Amino acid sequence: MKSDSFIMRCLRQRNFVIGLVLTGVVIAAALLSYVWTPHSPTRINVPGRLALASSTHWFGTDHFGRDVFSMILVGSRNSIMVGIVAVTIGVAIGVALGLLASAKRGWVEDLVMRMADFTFAFPAILSAILITAILGPGTINSILAIGIFNIPVFARITRGAANAILARDFILAARASGKGQIRIVVEHVLPNISNVLIVQATINFALAILAEAGLSYLGLGTQPPDPSWGRMLNESQTFLFRAPMLAIYPGAAIMTAVLGLNLLGDGLRDALDPRLARAR
Amino acid sequence: MISFTLRRLAAFVATLFATSLVVFLVLEVLPGDPALLMLGIDAQPDAVAALRTKLGLDRPPVERYLVWMAGLLRGDLGISHTYGSSVSELIGERLVLTLPLALIAMALTTVIALTLGVYAASKHNTIGDYGVMTATQVGIAVPNFWFAILLVLLFAVALGWLPAGGFPGWSEGPIALKSLILPSFALAVVQAAILARVTRSAVLEVLREDFVRTARAKGLTRTQTLWRHVLRNALIPVVTIMGLQFSNLLAGTIIIENVFYLPGLGRLIFQSINQRDLIVVKDVVVLLAAKVVVINFVVDMLYAVIDPRLRTAR
Repeated sequence: MKSDSFIMRCLRQRNFVIGLVLTGVVIAAALLSYVWTPHSPTRINVPGRLALASSTHWFGTDHFGRDVFSMILVGSRNSIMVGIVAVTIGVAIGVALGLLASAKRGWVEDLVMRMADFTFAFPAILSAILITAILGPGTINSILAIGIFNIPVFARITRGAANAILARDFILAARASGKGQIRIVVEHVLPNISNVLIVQATINFALAILAEAGLSYLGLGTQPPDPSWGRMLNESQTFLFRAPMLAIYPGAAIMTAVLGLNLLGDGLRDALDPRLARAR
Repeated sequence: MISFTLRRLAAFVATLFATSLVVFLVLEVLPGDPALLMLGIDAQPDAVAALRTKLGLDRPPVERYLVWMAGLLRGDLGISHTYGSSVSELIGERLVLTLPLALIAMALTTVIALTLGVYAASKHNTIGDYGVMTATQVGIAVPNFWFAILLVLLFAVALGWLPAGGFPGWSEGPIALKSLILPSFALAVVQAAILARVTRSAVLEVLREDFVRTARAKGLTRTQTLWRHVLRNALIPVVTIMGLQFSNLLAGTIIIENVFYLPGLGRLIFQSINQRDLIVVKDVVVLLAAKVVVINFVVDMLYAVIDPRLRTAR
């Protein structure tokens, strides 16, 4: 019954529904690309290069004659995968650190928070540059860079939300029943802050897609021949005068994914905290 | 205020120290042999040995770190392996472009965001508000480098009003400024979308306060109340986000300078990575990270100026 009402609350949120549809389209494109693409996204066909959109090539072809629609489909896999792994790294390490800081307080909390402050000095692109300078460019290295950037975000949010819960009466009751601080944090605090974390994860998923696209645009992310939206944009720039549409499709794909996830996050937040929805 | 400043200053210095240490460890200790990394695995052993000596890699890491730090403090950042010139000079030449670009973009961001944010809040739940909110939602989702390409398509390719890229140097005056219009807009518009939403929320929050009613009751117009009383009180979250955004702007310039082929700091670091010039990479990364730390420090100090309660709260 409870889950039913939550789903209904979500579906009443316009942002949630639009976000769900847009995100659904991107996930569907990624899943579809595993079983079907109109053409091979890596097949080079120089005589058919820079072709306009047609019934054979729905979005036309690029400077190597590759089918742009197929590349967009396969590129979605890459974006989603980077987003999932980078956010998982951020959640796994960041939430653990945030909970530890909240449970232990004192110097542990200070240390974790100073580490978080410090990591903020390295925006994703800077950590990516550092990692790339040593390990070379690639999908895994860009995931690492974005994941590292996510850790302090989740550590801070977790610690802030956990401290608020720890001040509540039911925590006192749990403590009176003899539970230790770590157990209280895991059993009582974590479930109560999961809403905040889910919303933040959705937003950071979108940010990860943006960051990956940026890194791939610079040539530091996904490497050829794997298609990626960011690199498609980079390659399109050389042909802006001859084939401007090549710059439109990958950008529109990135925007659809990011907009969808942002709206989904907004909708979830409003559904999980109706007071916030009324206030906005 | 003095104790607040001292505590913040101590945290600031500690973060700067940690930042330099991490950059040094990652670039000079972790790779094993930076000389081999710079020259590539096919390099002749004697060339690698010569570079090792030149870079001082035969000395212990602690000594190298201290020498590097002393150089950083003196403004002596060493000689670039690729360019053969002083890294400080290289950075200086590039900063002349990157810093004005970031400042113009930040100014544009602030003007666009505050105007849109205050407008949307003053028209809460009307078409104007919905329009701004929809536009900013889309703006947040647009990657700045794609927006940059769209601007080039419209203003350079289709209309031919502005250059598609390149920078002629400040000696060209207005032409130089013209070549920064599209890059600074590309950087600003996406950031402004985020800041406009924050401004709107903060202004809406303050509009519910009793003192706003008092201000209106004493005869101030709605506009006067908004800009004179409400905005100042709504500034704390706005300044926080502006601080973060200025850091993002500096990182954003790395991509945008590449879109527009601007010879700034972003392009320097990008080229240095491709040329494996670790000396330049190390100095520029630490400089960019230090800028983020400095901006966070300034934002912290600004909080205390805007809201005196914060000086004693921590």
